[in-house]
Amino acid sequence: MTELRAPALRTATERVEVDVAIVGGGIVGGSAALFLRRAGLSVALLERGLCGAAASGVNYGGVRVQGRQPVQLPLALRSRHWWERLPELIGTDGEYLRSGHLKLARSEADLASLRAYRDLAREHGLALELIEGEAFRRAWPWLGRQAIGASWCAEDGHANPRLVSPAFARAARAAGARVIEHCEVTQLAHDGARFDLAGTCGTEVRSRWLLNCAGAWALAVAQRFGETVPMESIHPGMVVTEPVPRFLEVNIGVEGGGIYGRQTARGNCVMGGSRGTRRDALHAQPAAPAMAELCARMAELFPPLAQAQVIRFWSGVEGSLPDHQPVIGPSRTTPNLLHAFGFCGAGFQTGPAVGEALANWVHRGDPGVPLSAFAIDRYVSSASSSAAAPTAPASAPTFHPH
Amino acid sequence: MRATPRFVIIGAGPAGVRAAEQIARVGHRPVVIDEAPRCGGQIYRQPPDGRRRPARDLYGYAAAKAEALHRTFDALRGAIDHRAETLAWHVEPGALHLLSGGTATVEPWDALILATGATDRVLPFAGWTLPGVVTLGAAQVALKAQAVLLGPRIVFAGSGPLLPLVAWQYASRGAPVAAVLDAAPPGTRRKAASGLFSRPALAMQGAMLLARLRARGVPYLRGARLVRAHGRDRVEAIEFEQAGSTRRIECDALAFSHGLRSETQLADLAGCAFDADATDQAWRPRCTEAGRSSVRGVYLAGDGAGILGADAAELSGARAALAALEDYGGTASTDAARRLESELLVHRRFRAAVETLSPPPADWAARTGDDVVICRCEEITAGELRRCVRETGAGELNRLKALTRVGMGRCQGRMCGAAAARVLAHATDRPLADVGRLRAQPPVKPVPVQAIGAACPGITAVPQDQRDD
Repeated sequence: MTELRAPALRTATERVEVDVAIVGGGIVGGSAALFLRRAGLSVALLERGLCGAAASGVNYGGVRVQGRQPVQLPLALRSRHWWERLPELIGTDGEYLRSGHLKLARSEADLASLRAYRDLAREHGLALELIEGEAFRRAWPWLGRQAIGASWCAEDGHANPRLVSPAFARAARAAGARVIEHCEVTQLAHDGARFDLAGTCGTEVRSRWLLNCAGAWALAVAQRFGETVPMESIHPGMVVTEPVPRFLEVNIGVEGGGIYGRQTARGNCVMGGSRGTRRDALHAQPAAPAMAELCARMAELFPPLAQAQVIRFWSGVEGSLPDHQPVIGPSRTTPNLLHAFGFCGAGFQTGPAVGEALANWVHRGDPGVPLSAFAIDRYVSSASSSAAAPTAPASAPTFHPH
Repeated sequence: MRATPRFVIIGAGPAGVRAAEQIARVGHRPVVIDEAPRCGGQIYRQPPDGRRRPARDLYGYAAAKAEALHRTFDALRGAIDHRAETLAWHVEPGALHLLSGGTATVEPWDALILATGATDRVLPFAGWTLPGVVTLGAAQVALKAQAVLLGPRIVFAGSGPLLPLVAWQYASRGAPVAAVLDAAPPGTRRKAASGLFSRPALAMQGAMLLARLRARGVPYLRGARLVRAHGRDRVEAIEFEQAGSTRRIECDALAFSHGLRSETQLADLAGCAFDADATDQAWRPRCTEAGRSSVRGVYLAGDGAGILGADAAELSGARAALAALEDYGGTASTDAARRLESELLVHRRFRAAVETLSPPPADWAARTGDDVVICRCEEITAGELRRCVRETGAGELNRLKALTRVGMGRCQGRMCGAAAARVLAHATDRPLADVGRLRAQPPVKPVPVQAIGAACPGITAVPQDQRDD
């Protein structure tokens, strides 16, 4: 037995020419690849590790529209359409459960803000119901006393990200996309007409379009083309308990944040809240004070869980922007380059529709949902004026993602 | 580093005790953390206080070593800070997270010696989850800690040096041992002979065990493979295969395992680099001859650093402590350190020979049916793992975990990881090392929500920019 080897360096380089190259095999990249194939375009997707194994695969698994900022609602509602049709889209239901989402209030001020959100959401076609007082207590008698009411969204739910996200890339591959895993992109250039990509896998990809779906690492791709945004990595703190008797039939969030939770069909309770820390360039890890705080919140809000055993804490790496909105849309510097990254926690639910919108953009020039709020233009983006020239050939031969 | 360096040792088995002895000897006061109420580890486990039994009854030929180790530790009382019945459930740089008596605490450390020991390597077979089927290690725990003989009619099966040892421990106390089924094919003894004589006394003891078992009339069958445990509510009989024919033995209990696997989660959480090891057929934390891991301040000793047995653990525990003292205690390297290292070389040779003598069955995965449960926490069968490989192309162990839940339950892969890796390697027709290893996440063992939450000084409001929901 020997140490694990790095991917073998192939002497013969393979060249692939496609309509669209995608960097990143998370739920967004995988979904884009799938919808592009459905539109008949040829696709090559390059993923540094395994598809759907980073933030897309280790997130909480919430599938909720409730609570999204109004500009995201059209996208989130379109995504809901696909969540309801997962088996026909990707061949698995991914343990998606339309459980409803309950957003709790701990104060009158929380209730007021939930009420305001309900009124706003109604204009976008999202129906929410405020539940308070006796009716609230009767419906969820096991909730901690500090919860005094909630906003209820019957059509939200939750799913298993470990199953859903890799399935998008798998479905794309089955539909004819070239999905190349363990391939870190090391060279990236645009000659005015075509993108040229090369990676550690030995394959060279030439394409008319490039989709930047590289998640928390997407900034390196954007910067390669002279664009930058103030994105930073966040590391959500997650925990799962041993299976316990079923009591949590809904997906729960809290106005003001701090904790969110769901129970899987098997009985495990998955909860999130607070933040982990960076482990290395690719991984995050839970942080002890945050673990303690999350457990304290769990014991307080979910008394049935106080005596349950934690079997695992974990974290992941996610891109986040100051205004909590993703970047989705065309590059300002480079024609036929589309960005989709920095989802700040919304990528799992919206991912299917984001992929569809990107595919629409490529093959019919229109995303099909309003995305202008997510344009990269909202951030000043002149990382380097020379590299910003749209048709300038790459001056540096090597692309450094870190 | 603080003025007085903090030496923390995890584990009070042979390695941990000898490490504590070295550190206390030069005037430092190590913290020794152990899950058991009393020192000894698994091999020299002691009954709970108040139930003293003759060492000869509990440890057989190793009684003198066990007693010496216990005496050493008892003599250290006052010179060390012994935290019994304490679980180290997570480690961060300079901070060790503990749980004791339902209370979570944090222990600072400068030098951390991981002497975390080993548990049985479980390669399942049909029916292994029936009550009455236990590991060889569990059969020993019953004997040493509770003075209980499982059975009465008991079958011992599997491979590795523990097999004849536990069988003899039971037989010598009068247990009706129905049979010992050794998976090693005939002929391994000849191949292993020269290596075994690197430690002639121990080789002789091994031969004596077999002779005594035979003298007691215990059938010792080589090349025997477990096929199935039968029973309604508990094991009533086992079926095994030897030389092409299948036989059945009635019994009340079965103890089985195939060698040992190092307990490496704390090393993993500490950030230690790992390498695949051919002898252990497992990944183990990278370690110098002196016991230094790849992480500054983290030292490895005993079977947790790779399986070498109890005698070697005493040596590597002492050696790792000397390394820690050299790095943090202001003492120079000594001849004693070099002597310990050269003695350990003999143990490595012997260990390789033991592996030749009694290897885990190479064809285990190939002969394991789809109906066999691999992960008992999550109830995942070999067939489900294979189907996942077929349908998704999963080729890496963490990916298999993500897609099937294997190793995702209470034991976090401690029990099923070795078997799952073998099923995956076989299904993808690759060497075991190529399928990777399960990444550890805290906690090392399950911890109660409330106990961890109680350690939180106070719940704070969540800043606007951190409101995930």
